[in-house]
Amino acid sequence: MADATLAAPTRAAAVPRGARPKRALSGRNIMIYGTLFVFSVYYLLPLWVMVMTSLKGMPEIRMGNIFAPPVEITFEPWVKAWAEACTGLNCDGLSRGFWNSVQILIPSVILSIVVASVNGYALTFWKFKGSDVFFTILIFGAFIPYQVMLYPIVILLREMGIYGTLWGLVLVHTIFGMPILTLLFRNYFSTIPEELFKAARVDGAGFWAIYAKILMPMSLPIFVVAIILQVTGIWNDFLFGVVYTKPDLYPMTVQLNNIVNSVQGVKEYNVNMAATLLTGLVPLVIYFISGKLFVRGIAAGAVKG
Amino acid sequence: MAEAQRTTRMWRNLNAKIAAIPMVLTTLVVFVGGTAWTVLYSFTDSKLLPRERWVGFDQYERLWSNSRWLTSIENLMIYGVLSLIFTIVIGFVLAVAMDQKIRFEDTFRTIMLYPFALSFIVTGLVWQWILNPEFGIQSIVRGLGWESFTFNPLDNPDLVLYGLLIAGLWQGTGFVMCLMLAGLRGIDEDIWKAARVDGIPTWKTYVLIILPMMRPVFITTLVLVAAGIIKLYDLVVAQTSGGPGTASQVPAMYVYDYMFQAQNLGQGFAASTMMLLSVLIVLIPWAYLEFGGRKHG
Repeated sequence: MADATLAAPTRAAAVPRGARPKRALSGRNIMIYGTLFVFSVYYLLPLWVMVMTSLKGMPEIRMGNIFAPPVEITFEPWVKAWAEACTGLNCDGLSRGFWNSVQILIPSVILSIVVASVNGYALTFWKFKGSDVFFTILIFGAFIPYQVMLYPIVILLREMGIYGTLWGLVLVHTIFGMPILTLLFRNYFSTIPEELFKAARVDGAGFWAIYAKILMPMSLPIFVVAIILQVTGIWNDFLFGVVYTKPDLYPMTVQLNNIVNSVQGVKEYNVNMAATLLTGLVPLVIYFISGKLFVRGIAAGAVKG
Repeated sequence: MAEAQRTTRMWRNLNAKIAAIPMVLTTLVVFVGGTAWTVLYSFTDSKLLPRERWVGFDQYERLWSNSRWLTSIENLMIYGVLSLIFTIVIGFVLAVAMDQKIRFEDTFRTIMLYPFALSFIVTGLVWQWILNPEFGIQSIVRGLGWESFTFNPLDNPDLVLYGLLIAGLWQGTGFVMCLMLAGLRGIDEDIWKAARVDGIPTWKTYVLIILPMMRPVFITTLVLVAAGIIKLYDLVVAQTSGGPGTASQVPAMYVYDYMFQAQNLGQGFAASTMMLLSVLIVLIPWAYLEFGGRKHG
């Protein structure tokens, strides 16, 4: 922080007013790139350490430096993390958690996006009496700590007979994804000219026809943003997984934590880091593929409608 | 006649009303109903199962005389204040640096933001490993010849919060940088031109003109970050499990343990109600400033 406060005045002193070309290596540039570089090291270090540790054997870890690249590369920790790591009595590795997470992820993403996009649509073009009140409560709901609603939802799910099942968790993700996604879709749909909607109505199209034939095809980018948001959010969830599923159905994050923080046995740091990296891989891949859309997705929550 | 009108009004928009059923149920049953239920049952002595034996404020008295809860609150305050300050300062400084028409902007952005895609569990476990006294930073510095070097925050009750802070900032500052950068980019070019014409130095323009103009962005960031801090849970579970001892306990952990481990639901309800209260303390002034002002203005 000190760098930047220093950076600004140097810039003012060093750069004369007017359109003279700037030197590449001015004090100002050193400050700016220096700051960015130092922070980049901070951000990149854990990824580097994770990858390096996961490729070393345990003897090398005990002797060496966690930042050093492996002398001898081994993929055994990865295999072990995926197929053999133990949680309690189960020793079938993280693969179980991975598939559980996939099974939770797919229906949750689809259901939450369908529900929220229809909500957003109804709230933009088909306002009814009280619809804005519900929307306001929904947005406030995004700020209520989950802990307040944890137990009532346990009761609800138990009454519905889906407590401890994957579908229970899917429902929970749909409920808690609703505020932010509805806001996202409502904001996007409200930029669509109303004339278009009116024209469709004049032509006799009803609620669902307009949604499916006009709005959806027009709004593909926002659907992609919503998918990115939900995939990373649901994949990274821990609390709901712990509370609403049973050990057999634990999502990957919960299983990862149980593997790494288990007190039994010798700690195998390389396996732990391979497991951690494996769990982070899905959101990382989404992030690197989606690029700017990811930024748009996460910023969407902060943009006011 | 009036009767017929009312029925048509009810049937109008029928599809929209059907489509809104999930939203209506979520808001009324889960958000409003669930919250009210928890608050109500925090006045009972529910143990393993909820029951309607009313005990007034007993649970709250027990809560506020429980040293573990007091530690949780203290931790959250310290962590929260430090986290807010550092997140906003780092986020703003990085955003200003990124806004100087630099090269490789996309690369820097990618590097800063990728931790945000990772879960708190992954974040906590990685930093647990880096801060590991036997293998991590401490052992490396010692290996370089500085034998007495000590940097072991996760095993030191006085420093454990800073260990969490390093990890939390790593995960979240990139996101705040993006919000701030969007705010900076949203400022009219003419303001910059005018400041330049008037000969105001760049740093002064940032501090005196741009900062006040970015007030909405700062407030949004503040609310988002604060709401996230109050929910702080996964990171602590993964990185320290609340230890050493109870040194890094947080309220969300207390709630979970009392509700699902200690079978003392009433305590859990009371603690979660206190969490709700703290969110309202943050939220209500913001909502008032944001929406109350607009109505009058």
